[in-house]
Amino acid sequence: MFHREAGNFKTTYDSDMALFPLPLAKWAAGFFLLVFTLIVPFSMHEYYLSVFIQIFIAIVGALGLNILVGYTGQISIGHAAFMSVGAYTAANLAVKLGLPFWLTLPAGGLMAAFIGAIVGIPSLRIKGTYLAIATLASQLIIEWIINHTPAISGGAAASIEVPRPSLFGYQLKSPRELYYFTLFFVVIAIVCTMNLVRSRIGRAFVAIRDQDIAAEIIGINIFRYKLLAFAISSFYAGVCGVLYTYYYSIANYEAFQIVVSIDYLAMIIIGGLGSVLGTILGAIFVTALPYAIREAVNLVGGYIWDTAALSAVAASMKLVIFGALIIFFLVVEPEGLARLWRNIRNYFRVWPFSY
Amino acid sequence: MWTRTTKALGVAAGLLGLLSGAAVAQDKEVVIGMQCDRTGPTQIVGTTLCPAYHDYVALVNSKGGLEGFKVKVIEIDHEYKVPPAMEAHERFKKEGAIFHSVYGTPQIAALAKKLEEDKMAATSPGFGSAAAADGRRYPYIFPVAATYWSQGAVAVQFVKQQLGGNLKGKKIAYLYYDNPAGKEPIGVLEDIAKVEGYEMRTFAVPAPGIEMGAQILDITGRFKPDFVISHLFGRGPSVAIKELKGKGFPLSRVVGFVWAASEADIIAAGGWGVAEGYHTLQYAGVGRDYPVIKDIEAMYKAQNKEPPKLMADNSVMYNRGVFQAAIQLEAIRIAIKNKGGNKPTSQDVRDAFEQVKGFTLGGLAPPLAITPEDHEGGGWAQVWTVKGGKFVKTTEWQQAYRDIIKKHLADDAKK
Repeated sequence: MFHREAGNFKTTYDSDMALFPLPLAKWAAGFFLLVFTLIVPFSMHEYYLSVFIQIFIAIVGALGLNILVGYTGQISIGHAAFMSVGAYTAANLAVKLGLPFWLTLPAGGLMAAFIGAIVGIPSLRIKGTYLAIATLASQLIIEWIINHTPAISGGAAASIEVPRPSLFGYQLKSPRELYYFTLFFVVIAIVCTMNLVRSRIGRAFVAIRDQDIAAEIIGINIFRYKLLAFAISSFYAGVCGVLYTYYYSIANYEAFQIVVSIDYLAMIIIGGLGSVLGTILGAIFVTALPYAIREAVNLVGGYIWDTAALSAVAASMKLVIFGALIIFFLVVEPEGLARLWRNIRNYFRVWPFSY
Repeated sequence: MWTRTTKALGVAAGLLGLLSGAAVAQDKEVVIGMQCDRTGPTQIVGTTLCPAYHDYVALVNSKGGLEGFKVKVIEIDHEYKVPPAMEAHERFKKEGAIFHSVYGTPQIAALAKKLEEDKMAATSPGFGSAAAADGRRYPYIFPVAATYWSQGAVAVQFVKQQLGGNLKGKKIAYLYYDNPAGKEPIGVLEDIAKVEGYEMRTFAVPAPGIEMGAQILDITGRFKPDFVISHLFGRGPSVAIKELKGKGFPLSRVVGFVWAASEADIIAAGGWGVAEGYHTLQYAGVGRDYPVIKDIEAMYKAQNKEPPKLMADNSVMYNRGVFQAAIQLEAIRIAIKNKGGNKPTSQDVRDAFEQVKGFTLGGLAPPLAITPEDHEGGGWAQVWTVKGGKFVKTTEWQQAYRDIIKKHLADDAKK
């Protein structure tokens, strides 16, 4: 969005503190909303919608992690475990009590928030890499508990089959229906995060990130806000886990293992720590780029190799190119894709007068 | 300017024409979507199984295809992650696939509902939930090979044969990877214990499944079992072989499940000499002594190429890939026949799967009989033993304790 501030005068405090201070930004947000609610679902093949679903779910989870890592400066390698907490909570409620998604979804989030707040307690004493190991332990402990508690996991297979979400008696199951289902929650998640980070709580988070002793001196209750950051972050993770559960139609902790935690960390680091836009870009990058690379490799490689040879090459090629692109973008701009975008925007803001 | 645009339009139209012409030419073609893990945690399987799959498809195509239809395989590597497997399914649908060859336990779990909604069948040989053998509950999933329940049953039957036909008062140790797949057969093993009267104790190896010194000490030093049944994955089996050998436990009293049973495991354990006597369960034949493997070798020779080294070096996984491809193509062939030579839909392929019977690939595949109730095809397994630097067949195809397995399937369905 190429913002032009010239001529926009703010006459009230409200207009100065609005979510989108510039009319152009407001229009742009409205435009994107229109594209994603009306144009995309009706002009694209269901395959692309299913990729969007994955991106949307990833954004919800990555936003939560960015609140914790990017805004509050605490690290967590246990994000996927909180997703599985949300997933199993929702699955048990949906199957044993027959609750609809609009109850299981917040319930899954709240349960994850509760567990997340407990896991966050060590953050009061330890920082940085030490905290990373503590949260890594929580990932393994939660996995172990789910694996060994039939009351949670629903038996030896540790998977609970969940019915599709239904709205007014209608089951949402096609990619298009699930697209709207996930779009609804991702919009809420984005708006909530944007408002959270510019509120009193968000400023407290940033203060803790920048210097926690200073934050304590100016009157921020570190205990409360650090645990709150863990709880909010885990709430997002829990909701993300519930969305995955409805998307897969099964709760299975093997889909939320440590690799997933690492993937989400990659999303926010590539996208940009402490940035909502960065989270979105990072989620797109990590989720959809490998698919795009694979299709590109298959397209080009199809002229060189036969199917069998191409399959052998494409799998590794995808990883090599994806890895190279991560390095490329992080070298070009260590602060992530969001910063890259801001640099471009700033350049054009004063263009053609670059000084 | 104007002319340039029209020219461009003309070229575009021509290209479109070419493309649509190509699409028409491919009418005599069936598309299979195939998932694979060549780069993730189970790449030791995928890097051999997937090329074998392609080899068999190439063999069928080189002989004129299935009833005149060429087979096209689209492979997608999912690194053993779940979201890419979901994406793969939609991709396959977009490309008009009539069958989905799923790979991986969490992947088949996540796809179960989707497959049913899209009326597309999938196989899950050697992985996935044992409950999927119940065709009425999971109409679109075909485990095809022995599930972990059936493997447990066959393992006990084999132990019984080895211990002289009576298990009363004998002790069996079950050494397993502590995840759902590892825990799955415990219920079945305990139920068989009630019938056969053996004492069973379980020894869990926590993730990542390679630290088992304490468990092995417990087995060899304290429990002192008559037989060890091991169900491990990845590097686990080779560590188990090494540790048991190190503690002086005779490997001829150890039997491993299907993922503890490849040449790679034996070599990682320190070679054939170390593992001498180790028994393994197999859901496809081992070695190169099968007509279909010879055919693939001949196909390579006819193209003046060397047959892949994988064929000999890792024949366990290679043959499983051939088995997987063959059973799927057999079902598609039946589907084409049922349609009177017309192109089948994914639903037709599913229905045809339930007619697969007596398809043995010259002994490489078990004598499966897939029915609407039993998508496992009977739960057959062979035991192959490490002897003199290679795997030697110890028993023919066998199935065991089917009544107990059926009871477990019924109980699971009630939950």
